[in-house]
Amino acid sequence: MSDAGTVVITGNEAAAIAVRLAGVQVVAAYPITPQSPVVETLSKWVDAGELRAELVRVESEHSALTVCIAAATVGARVFTATSANGLAYMNEQVWWAAGARLPVVMACVNRALAAPWNVLNDQQDSMSVRDAGWIQIYCRDNQEILDSLVQAYAIAEQVQLPVMVCYDGFLLSHTSMPVTVPPAELAKAFLPRREPLPIVDLQRPRNIGQVTFADPRADASGNLCHGYMEIRALHQEALERALDVIPAVGDAFAKQFGRGGGGLLWSHLLEDAEVALVAAGSIGSELSVAAETLRSEGIRAGVLGIRAYRPFPAQAVRAALAGKALAVVVDKAMSYGYEGPICSDVRAALLDAERAPAVFGAVTGLGGREVETSQLADAARRAVADFRAGARRRRTAWINLKLREEA
Amino acid sequence: MTKLVDLPTTEHMLPGNRACAGCTIGIGLRSILKALDGKTVMTVPASCLTVIGGMYPISSVTVPWLNVAFPGAAAAASGLAAGLRATGRAGEMTVLAMAGDGGTADIGIQGLSGAAERNEDFIYVCYDNEAYMNTGTQRSGLTPAGARTTTTTRGKRETSKDMPRIMEAHGIPYVASISAVYPDDVYDKVAKARGLRGLRYLHMSTPCPSGWGFEPKDAVHVGQLAVDTGAVILYDVEGGVFRLTGRSKALARRGALKPVREYLSAQARFHGTSKAEVEALQAWVDSRWEEALQRDAASASPA
Repeated sequence: MSDAGTVVITGNEAAAIAVRLAGVQVVAAYPITPQSPVVETLSKWVDAGELRAELVRVESEHSALTVCIAAATVGARVFTATSANGLAYMNEQVWWAAGARLPVVMACVNRALAAPWNVLNDQQDSMSVRDAGWIQIYCRDNQEILDSLVQAYAIAEQVQLPVMVCYDGFLLSHTSMPVTVPPAELAKAFLPRREPLPIVDLQRPRNIGQVTFADPRADASGNLCHGYMEIRALHQEALERALDVIPAVGDAFAKQFGRGGGGLLWSHLLEDAEVALVAAGSIGSELSVAAETLRSEGIRAGVLGIRAYRPFPAQAVRAALAGKALAVVVDKAMSYGYEGPICSDVRAALLDAERAPAVFGAVTGLGGREVETSQLADAARRAVADFRAGARRRRTAWINLKLREEA
Repeated sequence: MTKLVDLPTTEHMLPGNRACAGCTIGIGLRSILKALDGKTVMTVPASCLTVIGGMYPISSVTVPWLNVAFPGAAAAASGLAAGLRATGRAGEMTVLAMAGDGGTADIGIQGLSGAAERNEDFIYVCYDNEAYMNTGTQRSGLTPAGARTTTTTRGKRETSKDMPRIMEAHGIPYVASISAVYPDDVYDKVAKARGLRGLRYLHMSTPCPSGWGFEPKDAVHVGQLAVDTGAVILYDVEGGVFRLTGRSKALARRGALKPVREYLSAQARFHGTSKAEVEALQAWVDSRWEEALQRDAASASPA
């Protein structure tokens, strides 16, 4: 059990420490690479009496999230973690947790989806549930994993929505780097014990998650209650409110811990940039190096990092990219049959913007394909050349693709 | 055994619910909630009971009720139990999962088996109407051989799973077979289960007028015929000890079951069943009854 101070730990260890700091009361998870060390670490702490939490060692991811849903309904602070096919397997409950407006927090350790089998990193898993109504936060490094998971509980409990903290498998989950662990008392003050909602109450019994009609309907006393569509509109409204809550919680975190923070977006050398490289997750670090390389060649490049992907910070993206000539969006996932998901969202956000840049999409790193900063710089150079040659729309570029030449 | 007239008069089901006319699920739930003294939180997956519970914002019961996804009853019950422990409220109420035969023996069996292996602390009731009745009478793993459903239009060929035996094989503290039409037996077994800890599994037969094809007024009669012919056997297994109970115990003493065809002919779903199929069903019932008698006798005789 790591004490407060700066330690050199993996992303998975950072996640486990965050769970301990957050005073999580119920943990349910099922093993899957590369997430497993999170649960192994938590199990070790529970067995040693160092973490006072109920640990439910379930038989599947579907049950893992179901346990969290039920325990969160009772009022416990809950945690689960998964990756790839595990997230796909719990998909039904991903939607349930969001629709039920429960402050469940999940770590999604990003991994490629089968078929074919692949345990390495891309972001197809969490991207495939972007529409489910969760808040999604993508982490750049291990410090952000710890900080974002602690913040996730504050965000989740303020807006009554589940939060998925996404971090790249192996690239972060199994890579050690320095992380500052705050003292437990500071974390406890930042996240006071959750005040349970009296949902499960014998004196005021309620039937939760019932079949709900399309239209509003009166209760036994004649009070009109919401229909399905009103409940969904409130869900959307809460997500929109999260656009204010996420940065506010980041500010409160920075104030409490004297470091860190975390808003909707982050940037590097972006202010005077002509070319913006846009991405989510740890690839932001490689893109930052690539931007510096391009600048040394006379191309004014910068990076826009997407930290909060859902709710999508469209207005902030518009503001950050206004006046740029070109945005190159680098996705580690595809909306198969169209283009990268972040690319589509950035493009849509810029549609009605003044001085909007051209948007080119690129996809990289699928199934753990090596992504070198030199390749990212190359891809950016090609995009700039296409743009200078007059291109304003372009087919998605597949970076470092090695398709066999057919005879 | 508690007499019917001695059951508590406090009701935890409100007058009126969305069950079909003659549905026996409500009778069963009424007895179960009485045995739990209303101190329970229920969790219910997609099933007939979802509908019986009422449409938002109206509920048909006076206890908290958490609806969950189809495969999720046992995991949700595990989560309720864990959440109540974690928040210091475990003593306040019994966690009750109540799922249909499909939600138990088919789509829910993985989660239920996992919860049983972990010996989670809740009562699980499978109310068995022997098909997917809420979606329109499609066959389930607990539909008996010979029965017509909308997906076995010439009668189901396969024998149903023996769900209580599957649960018994998990080594859980308590397994019982009950029928909703014997409220006294339901009450006693749920009351006994309430006093135990760990996963307690009760399998409740719930005759279904619309799916089985009989008049609503005959629901109790058909349920009684099921027991009188041995198609349903009332028993419990506590700490590995098998005991026949209630009506089945009385039948064992008297040594005579009615022929199974009396039970089959009371239901449209078995109309058109061939003589060979009826004989096969009779043989299946006989072998299960013989086994039950032997297990009951074995537990009665001194060790």
